[in-house]
Amino acid sequence: MISEKVVYERPVALSVNRTHYCPGCTHGTAHRLVAETIDELNIRERTILVASVGCSVFAYDYFDVDACEAPHGRAPAMATGIKRVSPDNIVFTYQGDGDLASIGIGEAIHAASRGENITIIFINNAVYGMTGGQMAPTSLIGQKTTSSPLGRDPKLSGTPLHIAELMAGLPGVAYSVRRSLHDARHVIQAKKAIRLAFEAQMQHLGFSLVELLSTCPTNWGVAPGEACDWVREEMIPVYPLGDFKVAEPLRARSQRGGQ
Amino acid sequence: MSKQLLKGNVALAEAAIRAGCEAYFGYPITPQTELLEHMARRMIELNRVFLQAESEVAAINMVYGAAVAGTKVMTSSSSPGISLMQEGFSYIAGSNVPVVVIDVMRGGPGLGNIQPSQSDYNQITKSAGHGDFHPIVLAPATVQEAIDLTVLAFDLAETYRTLVIVAADGAIGQMMEPAELPPMRPKREKRPFWALTGAAGRPKNVITSLYLGADNLEALNNQIQDKLALIQGHEVRYDCYRMEDADSVLVAFGTAARVAQTAVDHLRQEGFPVGLLRPITLWPFPERPLRELAQQVDTLLVVEMNAGQMFHDVKEVVGDQAEVYFTGRTGGAIPTPDEIERVVHGLYNYYLDPDYSPVGVLA
Ligand SMILES: Cc1ncc(C[n+]2csc(CCOP(=O)(O)OP(=O)(O)O)c2C)c(N)n1
Ligand code: SF4
Repeated sequence: MISEKVVYERPVALSVNRTHYCPGCTHGTAHRLVAETIDELNIRERTILVASVGCSVFAYDYFDVDACEAPHGRAPAMATGIKRVSPDNIVFTYQGDGDLASIGIGEAIHAASRGENITIIFINNAVYGMTGGQMAPTSLIGQKTTSSPLGRDPKLSGTPLHIAELMAGLPGVAYSVRRSLHDARHVIQAKKAIRLAFEAQMQHLGFSLVELLSTCPTNWGVAPGEACDWVREEMIPVYPLGDFKVAEPLRARSQRGGQ
Repeated sequence: MSKQLLKGNVALAEAAIRAGCEAYFGYPITPQTELLEHMARRMIELNRVFLQAESEVAAINMVYGAAVAGTKVMTSSSSPGISLMQEGFSYIAGSNVPVVVIDVMRGGPGLGNIQPSQSDYNQITKSAGHGDFHPIVLAPATVQEAIDLTVLAFDLAETYRTLVIVAADGAIGQMMEPAELPPMRPKREKRPFWALTGAAGRPKNVITSLYLGADNLEALNNQIQDKLALIQGHEVRYDCYRMEDADSVLVAFGTAARVAQTAVDHLRQEGFPVGLLRPITLWPFPERPLRELAQQVDTLLVVEMNAGQMFHDVKEVVGDQAEVYFTGRTGGAIPTPDEIERVVHGLYNYYLDPDYSPVGVLA
């Protein structure tokens, strides 16, 4: 007798749909981690996704949950509206760094400052992916992008914005951490953080945010493997992984971020 | 329920509550602030949702969120805030969700001032955001009508799954008049079938305004245009005053119409056969009644508290059927009955003596 055991399958919270993400893009990885979390917590039937404007705009096609699509940067405001009228639903936004750290920084900070009981999955890939690789507030000093062809000059365009640390300074925030998706070990750590972020919401602890260092091989102009190396070698030194705010009830299970 | 002395802004707020408003998100701006303040107290008292947003941009997107969740929701603002909300209006239109907005208009452009004005006419009836859509726009002329139209706004928003704007102005927001509030509607228990409530026991609901491919987006646009045509066919509202035997008619809405009505009374006393047509829906615009009227009268005088915005709609509908003139004030000034009467006198003189040049009248 051969006995079979399923060790890996599609999370129920992911729709049967082919994504449009480029080869080597870690948006897909992040989707899977969120979907696994939704499955594990058994919250698919009460979860509402607020998709944002960026490469992940079609996230509502990939998650098998009720979903809407916010104007560029406004996802935290829309999520606020939903959560306030439907506090029993689990509400999360999925936003890129152009969306959250640039045009939507006001909505993001005020949602955090109100302690809005929502979860934000924040994808930091150091560029505007969808519009063709322009500079983002998160682009590294010296990073060449289509709108900083000579490299980001801090005198001209300032310095990288550290969202996870910034949010951690606000009392309304229950959970704010940074993880990376560049290799398997870090993906597992990212998964644990995403789960804690959703649990923070389920326990009504307040605002939770997971910043995920993510790849954009297409706009970085490198192969997928090199993109992962670039995250490790260039991004992590600027964006240290770690836990910047963990509310007391979650602390025993937080992992201090890993390296 | 009996009449009580009510301030316009408070009446608008309380009418929304009684019409079943479940959530309010707003940002302070004069001359609508009492509306937000009334909501702040009453919505919390009634265990409903009130939140002061960090900006009008955030407020309209919170409204959008509460709307996709299937609740009766509204915001209120005044002209500069309405400008900021336009991106949200467009998304709301593109995703067919019901929303009520109250605009207590003030003088512009720029920071302008806080005096009453009707200078948002164009931006709310025609250019409320990018893309092809029109909100339904309701223009009250009294505190009582502000109440009635606010209740109607919630019903129209739900019926057509559309954005409805109640276009009041600073005068209506600030004045006190005796008016009767409607009874409190019972709380709605169930959210609509299309709402985002969690995909329990049904396929997921998705609400988006993104349609890649010209065919898909054109299909959405056709559907929106069909809906707008339906609204034009069923929801035109207007009021006529002393139209019997009139050969000249004033056309005005809101506060300007109140002043015009007084002018009509005076002119009638003087023997001038003048009437008043008052659009209540600014969109859909009362085209048919205006066209019919133009066949009966010689002259139309549009009176507005702006530089002549509705004037162009009247002109377009009337064409060559009658002469169309405009008089109005800008900058937050309200025309006086006297000013309007002088213009009407001028028009009658002009017909008697073609060399007479009517002062203050734009053709
Ligand atoms: C109001 C507005 N401004 C600009 C755009 C164009 N736009 C679309 S996506 C995008 C940037 C998205 O970048 P990011 O949030 O980093 O997400 P990514 O594509 O990298 O995943 C921009 C500027 C828009 N859709 N709306
Ligand atoms: S452009 Fe970049 S962020 Fe967008 S899908 Fe491709 S790799 Fe991913």
